[in-house]
Amino acid sequence: MSTAYGLAGIAAVVAATVLIGTLGLRISRTTSDFYVASRTVTPLRNASAIGGEYLSAASFLGAAGLILAFGADMLWLPVGWTGGYLVLLMLVSAPLRRSGAYTLPDFAEARLESMAVRRVTSVLVVLIGWLYMMPQFQSAGLVLRTVTGAPLWAGPVLITVVVAVNVLAGGMRSITLVQAFQYWLKLTGMAVPLVFLLLAWRFDGAPGLDRDTAPRFPERTTVTVGAAVTVKVAEPVTVTATGRVDGRTHDGAAVTLAPGPHEVGRDTALTFPRGAAVPHVEDIPARTDRQWAMPLDGREHSLYATYSLILATFLGTMGLPHVLVRFYTNPDGRAARRTTVMVLSLLGAFYLLPGVYGALGRLYTPELLMTGRTDAVVLTLPGRVLGGAAGDLLGALVTGGAVAAFLSTSSGLTVSVAGVLGQDILRGGVRSFRAATLLALAVPLALSVAARSLAVADVVGLAFAVAASTFCPLLVLGIWWRRLTVAGALAGLVTGGALAGTAVVVTVAGGAPEGLAGALLEQPAAWTVPVAFAVMIGVSLATPRGVPPDVARMMVRLHTPESLNVDRGTWRPKRV
Amino acid sequence: MSGPDGRAGEREATTPSRPAARANSSDAPAPGRTRVTGPRTRASRRLRHPVTREIDEQTGLGEAYMRSLVQAQLRLAVRLCAVLAAVVGGLPVLFALVPELREQRVAGLPLAWVLLGGLVYPWFVACGWWYVRQAERNERDFADLVDNRWADRNRG
Repeated sequence: MSTAYGLAGIAAVVAATVLIGTLGLRISRTTSDFYVASRTVTPLRNASAIGGEYLSAASFLGAAGLILAFGADMLWLPVGWTGGYLVLLMLVSAPLRRSGAYTLPDFAEARLESMAVRRVTSVLVVLIGWLYMMPQFQSAGLVLRTVTGAPLWAGPVLITVVVAVNVLAGGMRSITLVQAFQYWLKLTGMAVPLVFLLLAWRFDGAPGLDRDTAPRFPERTTVTVGAAVTVKVAEPVTVTATGRVDGRTHDGAAVTLAPGPHEVGRDTALTFPRGAAVPHVEDIPARTDRQWAMPLDGREHSLYATYSLILATFLGTMGLPHVLVRFYTNPDGRAARRTTVMVLSLLGAFYLLPGVYGALGRLYTPELLMTGRTDAVVLTLPGRVLGGAAGDLLGALVTGGAVAAFLSTSSGLTVSVAGVLGQDILRGGVRSFRAATLLALAVPLALSVAARSLAVADVVGLAFAVAASTFCPLLVLGIWWRRLTVAGALAGLVTGGALAGTAVVVTVAGGAPEGLAGALLEQPAAWTVPVAFAVMIGVSLATPRGVPPDVARMMVRLHTPESLNVDRGTWRPKRV
Repeated sequence: MSGPDGRAGEREATTPSRPAARANSSDAPAPGRTRVTGPRTRASRRLRHPVTREIDEQTGLGEAYMRSLVQAQLRLAVRLCAVLAAVVGGLPVLFALVPELREQRVAGLPLAWVLLGGLVYPWFVACGWWYVRQAERNERDFADLVDNRWADRNRG
C-alpha cells in the first residue's frame, strides 16, 4: 500500500472525527450533556452510534485475522459479538433503561442500595475498560506501522491525543455524532473494497479453498518479518535471505531451510520461490485448506474453546461499560428495545464481511501466516490483489475504516471509564471528568506499549470473559430475581472478577501453558461464568436478611412501562 | 399474562388485602344509616380503586400484579433464550458428533460458513423483532389491566 494514500486515509478520518467532535462543543454545556447527551438522540442515530462504538479494531481487523489463522471455528467470534445483543435485548435493555441509571455502578447502587457494591462495580468497569482499550491502542500501532513503517508506539500516542481532544471538547454528545458517523464509515471502508476484491477474485478464476494442501505462495514473494519469529518449515525450501536466519547473518545469499523450526530475526527479508509452501509461525497450526474450512479443527481443545467463546461473547456483551452507557440515551424502555433490534441489523450487516476477508487472505496474503501479523489481512488485501491506483485508494479507505474502528471504541471506553473515575473516585462534575479522561487514557497507553503483542481479538475476548463473569450475573439476577442480596452480589462480583482476572493476567503476561490448563485459561468463561452465578445465588440464599428493603419499588421501576402512572421511587443518579 | 386470569385474581384478592383503616372508613356505615349499594359494575369499581394505587402502596394485590408482569416477561425471555441456546449451543455438538456435516457443502460453500457466516445474522434479527413484539404486548396487557383510565378509554 502506498504510504501517501494510507496517511491521507488516516488524516481524513482523524480530521473528520475532531471536526464533528468540536461541533458538539457549542451544544454540550451541562454535566448531563457530558455523560448521556441529554437523552435527545434519535433511534437510528443512537443505533448507529452503538454500532460505531462497538465495532472495534477487534471486529474490523482482528476477526478476519483470526479467521485467516484458525479457520471456521473463529466464525463464532462475530456471531457471538452480534448474538450478545440479542441476549442483552431480552434480559437487560428495557429494564436497564427504566432504572434511570447512567452507568453500571449507578445501577448497582440503585438496585442493591449499597455503596460497597457500587465501589466494586466501579473498579471492575475501570479494569474491563482498560483491558479492552489496550488492544485497540496496539492495533493503532499496527495500522500506523503497516501504512508508514512508524514505530509501534506512534499509533497509541496518536490515538491518545485525538481521543483526549475529542472527549475533552464535547463529551458524549459529540461522541454520539462521531460514533454514528463512524459506523457508516466502517461499513463502507470494509464493504466497498470487498466488492472490488471479489470482482478481482472472479476474474482470477474464482479459486476455491477445498484443496488438500497447505497454503503456498501464489508467486515469487518477498516476506519481510517485522518482529523476530520462530517459523515451522514443512518441506525443504531454498530462499534468498537478507538479515538473520537461525542466528546467522545473510546478505542476499541463497539459504536452504530444512523441515523444522527456524528463527527469523527482526527486519529480515526472505524471498520464496513461486509455489513454495508457506512456513507458519509457531502458534498457528499448518493445515490444509480443507481442514481450515471445517469447524472444530483449529486450536487444541477446540470444542471446549468454542463453547467458552460462545458463552463469553453472548453473555459478556451486556457487561461492557461502553455498551451500557449508550442505552441511557434512549428516551424510554420501549425505545431501548427497538434501538437494540436496529443494532442487531447493523451489526449483522457488518459481520457478514470479516469471514470473506479471512478466506481471501488465505488465498492472496498467506505470508501473514508466517509473520504472525494476521491482524493486518484487511489492510494488506486491497493493495495486494488490486494494485495500482485502485488498490491504493481502496487501501486508504480500509485504513480510514480501521482508524475509525479503534478511535470510536477508545472514545466510548474513555467516556465510560472517565465517567466512573470522575464520579466515584474524584469529586464529580465537569472538571473531575476532564482529569479522569486523562487518567483513563494514560493507563492503557502505558499498557499497550509495555505488554507483549497479542492478537487483538484474543485480548478483547478476554475482556468479554471478565464482563460475562461479573456484570452478567449482577444484571441478570438484579433485574429478574428479588432475592439477590448485597452479600451475594459482592461475593459473585469478587469471585468472578478474581477468577477471570487471574486467567487474563496469566494469558496476557506470560502466555498460557500447553494442554487443557492452557485452554481453560485462554478461554475462561465456560467455568468462571457458572461459578460466578452459583456464588451470587448461593450467598444470596444464605443471607436472606440482606435483601434490599426497597426491592419491590425497584421492580416496579425496572419493569412497568413508562405510560403507567406509578410510583417508581425517588432514586436519582448522583451529581448529574 | 392473560386478561381474564388477572381479573379473576383481582376479585379474590381485593377485600382481604386492603389495609384495615381504609376498609373501616369505606365499608362500615355510620350508626343509623343503611348502606345502599348499586350493582358492582366494572367501570365504577375501577375508578375507585385503581390498581396503580395498589402497586404504589405495595399491597398484596399490587405485588401480585407486579409479579405476574415480571414473570410474563421472564418467561418470554427464557423461552427465546432456550431456543437461542439450543441452536447456537447445538451446532458445535452437531459438528462434533456428525463429522460428515463438517465437510457438507451447500451451494458450493461449506455448511459451517453458510450458517455462521451468513444465515445466523438474519435469524438473530428476526428473533429480536419477534421478542420486541411479544414484550410490548405483555406490557400493553399489563397496562390494560392496571391503568383504569387507559383501559376504560380502550374498552369504550
